Amino acid sequence: MAQYEAHEHDVLVIGAGGAGLRAAIEASSAKASVGLVCKSLLGKAHTVMAEGGIAAALANVDERDNWKVHFADTMRGGQYMNHWRMAELHAKEAPERVKELEAWGALFDRTKDGRILQRNFGGHKYPRLAHVGDRTGLEMIRTLQDHGIHQGLEVYMEFTVTALLKDGDRLVGAFAYDREKGLFHVFKARAIVLATGGIGRAYEITSNSWEYTGDGLTLAYDAGAELMDMEFVQFHPTGMIWPPSVQGILVTEGVRGEGGVLLNNLGKRFMFDDIPENYRAQTADNEEEGWRYTQGDKNARRPPELLTRDHVARCILREVREGRGSPHGGVFLDISWIKRKLPNAEEHIKKKLPSMYHQFLKLADIDITKAPMEVGPTTHYMMGGIRVDPDSQMSNVPGLFAAGECAAGLHGANRLGGNSLSDLLVFGQRAGKFAAQFAKETKVGQIRADQIDDAARRALEPFDRGAPQGGEGAYQIQHELQKMMQKLVGIVRTEKEMVQALAELEQLTQRAVQVRVEGNRAFNPGWHTALDLSSLLAVSEAVTRSALERRESRGAQFREDYPDKDDAFGKVNIVVRKEVDGTMGVRRQPLPVMAAELKQVIAEMK
Amino acid sequence: MRTATFRIFRGDAQGGAFQDYTTQVADGMVVLDAVLQIQAESAHDLAARWNCKAGRCGSCSADINGLPKLMCMARLSDLNLDEPVTVEPMKAFARLKDLVTDVSWNFQVKKKIRKFKPRPPDAPDGTWRIAPEDIERVQEFRKCIECFLCQDVCHVLRDHHLHDRFIGPRFLLYTAALEMHPLDTEDRLEELRQALGIGLCNITKCCTRVCPEEIAITDNAIIPLKERVVDDHYDPLVKLWRKFRGRSG
Repeated sequence: MAQYEAHEHDVLVIGAGGAGLRAAIEASSAKASVGLVCKSLLGKAHTVMAEGGIAAALANVDERDNWKVHFADTMRGGQYMNHWRMAELHAKEAPERVKELEAWGALFDRTKDGRILQRNFGGHKYPRLAHVGDRTGLEMIRTLQDHGIHQGLEVYMEFTVTALLKDGDRLVGAFAYDREKGLFHVFKARAIVLATGGIGRAYEITSNSWEYTGDGLTLAYDAGAELMDMEFVQFHPTGMIWPPSVQGILVTEGVRGEGGVLLNNLGKRFMFDDIPENYRAQTADNEEEGWRYTQGDKNARRPPELLTRDHVARCILREVREGRGSPHGGVFLDISWIKRKLPNAEEHIKKKLPSMYHQFLKLADIDITKAPMEVGPTTHYMMGGIRVDPDSQMSNVPGLFAAGECAAGLHGANRLGGNSLSDLLVFGQRAGKFAAQFAKETKVGQIRADQIDDAARRALEPFDRGAPQGGEGAYQIQHELQKMMQKLVGIVRTEKEMVQALAELEQLTQRAVQVRVEGNRAFNPGWHTALDLSSLLAVSEAVTRSALERRESRGAQFREDYPDKDDAFGKVNIVVRKEVDGTMGVRRQPLPVMAAELKQVIAEMK
Repeated sequence: MRTATFRIFRGDAQGGAFQDYTTQVADGMVVLDAVLQIQAESAHDLAARWNCKAGRCGSCSADINGLPKLMCMARLSDLNLDEPVTVEPMKAFARLKDLVTDVSWNFQVKKKIRKFKPRPPDAPDGTWRIAPEDIERVQEFRKCIECFLCQDVCHVLRDHHLHDRFIGPRFLLYTAALEMHPLDTEDRLEELRQALGIGLCNITKCCTRVCPEEIAITDNAIIPLKERVVDDHYDPLVKLWRKFRGRSG
């Protein structure tokens, strides 16, 4: 019999970034007893890194904005692969969620007349991002955290869930270990909300921290939930590339929103060279107009630097491949040039982009008010994830909910900047509400002892693989997996390379089950890395199989062997699930039929 | 490529010792890079907290060559690599393992401070109007990433261990952010004087010096708070006057 500590809650929320915190707050205000489990300390989740802002059609800066425009922008940005109902709910509810943050103490930048200020961002027609300089994510997570701790939540910091426990079809709990002592915990719950974020650690160059190993996706997949849109991995166009130790760290799109331009090694603004047809009408065709847009001229169209992230990332890659890149294999992002336009540009940059100023000065010895930054694409965000009901966020497993980055549907083939923070709030709130409701209507289930024993045995296996020469360490396998995914299933994909990737994944999986850890169970990152490997391998396989299935290029998926869009694929999402025999099944799921009045909205906004 | 030696504390609450690890160093590396490299190469179970690796999350606080710093922002080029670089856990908190300390006390302290309580909305749609110049001071305070380095260097906590009588600079800053929030209507001055122990701070400014966010903790937060507490306690007229004028400033 495994030794463990038992806990019981109506709703268990796994993950304490924006979505998890918002879900926990909502469930506890519905009088559910809530447990909140997080891998790190409270307030350290990746939400803290979000820079640009929260997209919400508050219309504080441009009165022409409203939910319909936000909805149409989100659908266009997602190449219409989004679940229309999620995009609709998101656009309608985001303003309320932002105002609520203010009521909980968030202090956003202000307009001259004292309202919440909004800034321009890629793919958003009007200035829409409520923000706090370039540290909006910190403001958001701290506000939720500080509000949440007075709500009676039970927070389990530095706990990792390794298995969901089911009784028949029904979800009844979760199995976890704590980092501090390495002891086991069993959570009995009537409903579980997954809010575990992304999968960035499957790639070598990423803006994500060690936590983002796709745990939630794998927990759900193993419990029978479907994953959707896994081929759509967002490579953010601007990550740091030099020095090597900072490679991948995010450079906010806000730099471009404030007038920053992308230049190749000839000093040319290459983004004007390729403007996609469906964005031509709303994109500036000269530098002057682009500048006026960033300065709030309502009659100007946005500069091509603010096209969607998938497109900008590919344009950067093209410049590098054709020999026009910067010395370290990226391009230049220049905000310092605005001194030609603004009298006190240096102060302006420091005020608008304080974290970027600080980050480049301290980590790269570059003063961004004086010199251009070197940037290149970095793995940033998983558009796909657990397939959920758009209203309740419940997966196909009764009682299992998902919100935020680990859920699929809102963003389609490409996410707009700023839509992730609003996603966390809108769907975190919904998941919390419906999970609490589900919990109320459901009796507590029975957890079978053999399930617990099985989970405990699997967690301890890496210690038991005796002989010193027997297994290798987990770090080595993780690094090889990251390099392989970066090379074979990265921004540009081909069938040949992805078939090779599947073969390599198979080999890595064989090696992963041989991994051996040293030391004891107390705070042992070697052990944690070993346990995370199975999640990383599973999500890597899901990305690869989904990307193979979509034989076209759309949004974040670029297939060199199928460089164009294909209408047949424009009508389906790719869905994977675990088959009875344990293999990964892939199928095409027709897109849900959009409500007529929303089709109308899209037609009007074209 | 050159190498450098890192003298890292290994051990737990019961005890431990420094161990030397030599690893390759490259351009631009920070101490956290070296620690993670050592972890992957030769000390798989070396415990260290980290997340964002960009000075934004405040997880990787440690004492580096005796100075409290974020490991992710401590450039190797600023250190003398001819000597071993010492890396050890923060000293104001109990050791758990290697570089990891028990910071849970901080989370308990925060819970004790009365939460934000806004005035009624200014507009019928439930929103407020706040002048841009009225947010700057509190925004400075809200930059805090909760790395707890200020707590680590505060002698009231580090040397005198008065954790049960004093909330430390991080939470004086937090209380200041609430007290000076343009919308807040709660009054925390009496508890600051008593339970939260503001009087124990004797403004040596150690906290301000180590703040990676360069927040003027002492000058902008603690001293004005101390003044308010004193006025509140000894001068009821000032208290009335401030209530009458509203809370800004």
